[in-house]
Amino acid sequence: MADVTSQVQAQSGEGEFGDYVALLKPRVMSLVVFTAAVGLFVAPAYVHPFVAFVAILFIALGGGASGALNMWYDHDIDTVMKRTAKRPIPSGRVAPGEALSLGLWLSFISVTMLGLAANWLAAGILAFTIFFYAVIYTIWLKRWTPQNIVIGGAAGAFPPMIGWAVATGSVSVEAVLMFMLIFMWTPPHFWALALFMNEDYSKAGVPMLTVTHGRRETRKQILIYSALLAPIAVGTAFTSIGGFIYLAVALWLNAKFLHGAWKLWQRDEATAEADVYAAEKKYFRQSLSYLFLHFGALLVQAIWVKSGLPAWGLF
Amino acid sequence: MAIKVEHELHKRRSGRNIGLGLVLVAFVAIVFGLTVVKISNGGTIEGFDHTVRYSIEPKEDN
Repeated sequence: MADVTSQVQAQSGEGEFGDYVALLKPRVMSLVVFTAAVGLFVAPAYVHPFVAFVAILFIALGGGASGALNMWYDHDIDTVMKRTAKRPIPSGRVAPGEALSLGLWLSFISVTMLGLAANWLAAGILAFTIFFYAVIYTIWLKRWTPQNIVIGGAAGAFPPMIGWAVATGSVSVEAVLMFMLIFMWTPPHFWALALFMNEDYSKAGVPMLTVTHGRRETRKQILIYSALLAPIAVGTAFTSIGGFIYLAVALWLNAKFLHGAWKLWQRDEATAEADVYAAEKKYFRQSLSYLFLHFGALLVQAIWVKSGLPAWGLF
Repeated sequence: MAIKVEHELHKRRSGRNIGLGLVLVAFVAIVFGLTVVKISNGGTIEGFDHTVRYSIEPKEDN
């Protein structure tokens, strides 16, 4: 990795405002905002709308801070990967040190503000999330083990739990199930991406499963994780945040997701290369809507129940 | 001699300076808003000086 590191020179750091925003990974932040907001809304407690807004804002900012720390540490491999070469540090618009200090300051501000706005349990989980993503995943696991995505996925799974903690001041089985939903979803989601972005990861020396064990094994693991994910996703329907709306959506989405994983498993590399990984790209897109629709269904279910309608019936 | 010196640096960094300024204004607004909400929903807030603290009052048996 030393030769890769030497390719990146510390730049003067004359980035535009947008470059510093890009360090916070706004697309990842949007998922954090959505899942945290759902976690907060479905919880059985009232939160003042302004406190809820501020809490979600600082959860998102904490997520952004860990994104900046990730970009600081990974700027050497980001330079050699096509997908990440245009990020602010590899393209020379922001200096690595700037990203580091932005990440550290935003971590401090977001955790402190969440603690003051909501409670210190939520702030503590946010602090742990930032630590987990920046240190456990980015610095330790990512370049060390093909299980990087599996364990590192926990960082992205915490936001709904933080949202729940903001509302209730505690963590319960519902919060754990929302965590598990994202945690088990992350490996098939990223491995599908790795199936058609394999060259990027092998060039950068990141031990993604596709690089260390090959695409055949990756397809098998996608199927296994999709099968393990289904009972968690469907089982959530039978907790206090579930109901018939969520159950119907979860059954439909998991049947589709499993079918997609089954089809990926059956494909061989020659077929995949012939159609430029069309099925893999489709499964990756499908995985995005899978998560969005699950949390969307939880939200609709909560609106239904909070309107005074029964969770398991129409009237 | 001009009173206000406009350095080339100011022009180059104007975008990010304005952005940072807006972020700081938004932060002040958030802290102010939070204060208003916390004070107006401060049912559990107790003064600690020259006031009655309900949480340490002995409970009356009826």
